Amino acid sequence: MITHPKTEELAKAVADWIDQVRPSLDPHNQFLARVAVNVLGVVQRELTQGPPAEAEAVRLMAELLGHPGSFAELNAELCDRIRSGELTVESPGLAPALTTMAMAQVAIDQPKYRHEV
Amino acid sequence: MNPDVPELLGKLAARLGGEGTRLVSAQRLSGGASMHTWAFDLEGPAGREALILRRRAAPFDPDTARSISLATEAALIRATGANGARVPLVRHVCDEADGLGEAYVMGRLQGEALGRKIVGDPRFDAVRPRLARQCGEALAPIHATAAPPELNLKVSDAEGELSRYEEVYRASGAQRPILELAFQHLRKNLPEPVEPVLLHGDFRNGNIMFDPEAGVVAILDWELSHMGDPAEDMGWICTNSWRFGRPEKPVGGFGDYRDLLDGYAAAGGRPIPLSRVRFWQTLGSLRWGVMCLMMYLSWQSGAEPSVERPMIGRRVSETEADLIVLLEQGL
Repeated sequence: MITHPKTEELAKAVADWIDQVRPSLDPHNQFLARVAVNVLGVVQRELTQGPPAEAEAVRLMAELLGHPGSFAELNAELCDRIRSGELTVESPGLAPALTTMAMAQVAIDQPKYRHEV
Repeated sequence: MNPDVPELLGKLAARLGGEGTRLVSAQRLSGGASMHTWAFDLEGPAGREALILRRRAAPFDPDTARSISLATEAALIRATGANGARVPLVRHVCDEADGLGEAYVMGRLQGEALGRKIVGDPRFDAVRPRLARQCGEALAPIHATAAPPELNLKVSDAEGELSRYEEVYRASGAQRPILELAFQHLRKNLPEPVEPVLLHGDFRNGNIMFDPEAGVVAILDWELSHMGDPAEDMGWICTNSWRFGRPEKPVGGFGDYRDLLDGYAAAGGRPIPLSRVRFWQTLGSLRWGVMCLMMYLSWQSGAEPSVERPMIGRRVSETEADLIVLLEQGL
């Protein structure tokens, strides 16, 4: 993708502008504006953290399933094999791989979330 | 069509407080789109009275809705209150003559119900260590209340709840390995069925009003009440989604399992093993994950165009992070 500006910089510019005008809005729209800023935060993080997270997920799923594939193919097959009961919580490597993938996703979606301990 | 609520409350004043009673203030409180809450005050011969109006602002379909009607809600608050539960006093269930639609009036209590304040506000520092036990105590009389049979409450158990949420998940078309794993694992580890009891159905930090000195004041928001496993109410308040950033305190972000369970048993509740609560807590995370998906879908379908809805869809990953930790720990 081109730079000057990068896509995530465009998203940041819009988020900053919303923050700037937010105080002039009525309470309900102030709330929605805050949500909109959070949405753009997800967009920025997905643009920067998404590609390495997806590459790692593809690597982990390919290892679990024993063959290469795209994210969508591997993810669908993983779901099918869990649903069929072939893969369970006890399957070697499954839970650690899913943990890595979940933590990478929540770091994009809700980085402040404090997960179960 | 939106009725002029303050005007109608003015007309209701005499019906509630007797002749000469008038409305002196009315203010809509923040809240959901479908359920409106108004705080209002009456002044009459008997003095001043602080009240709450809860009214449905969107059409209600009892056949498809998960929630109960407001008249049912009011009846349950009365029934549980008569059995010693901490609930508001229902003053009046509105009828045709009131023109307010589906609505009821209850006493306005003083206290705080915002979950974030309960877990973090220094005003609650002193009372906080007592709250988990009080929550257990507060559940016992609710679960011991005989639900009036004419209310026809829905009955569900763990298997039924799992099936219901799995159906929604399948219909969504989403493919999420951790949700799949949670469905499979919970289904393989279903607890032994128990005799269904009356449940609050949404018993969590955020739906309980607390006082900084006395603790639990009242249990609010009864719209998801149904019959089921008593551990369901306990597991829901322990679900991490309702700990407001305090995962180290499993009960609502303010307390520990032991206190919740002990308080329940001490108040006469049939003792519940922790493992059963942990099962329902895990199902609670799965339930919230599917509910977040549903909120995204309500935007995707065009039904709810708000920017908030798709963003809630990106909270599914919070529940996935919680679920994978719980699944690895074992039930």
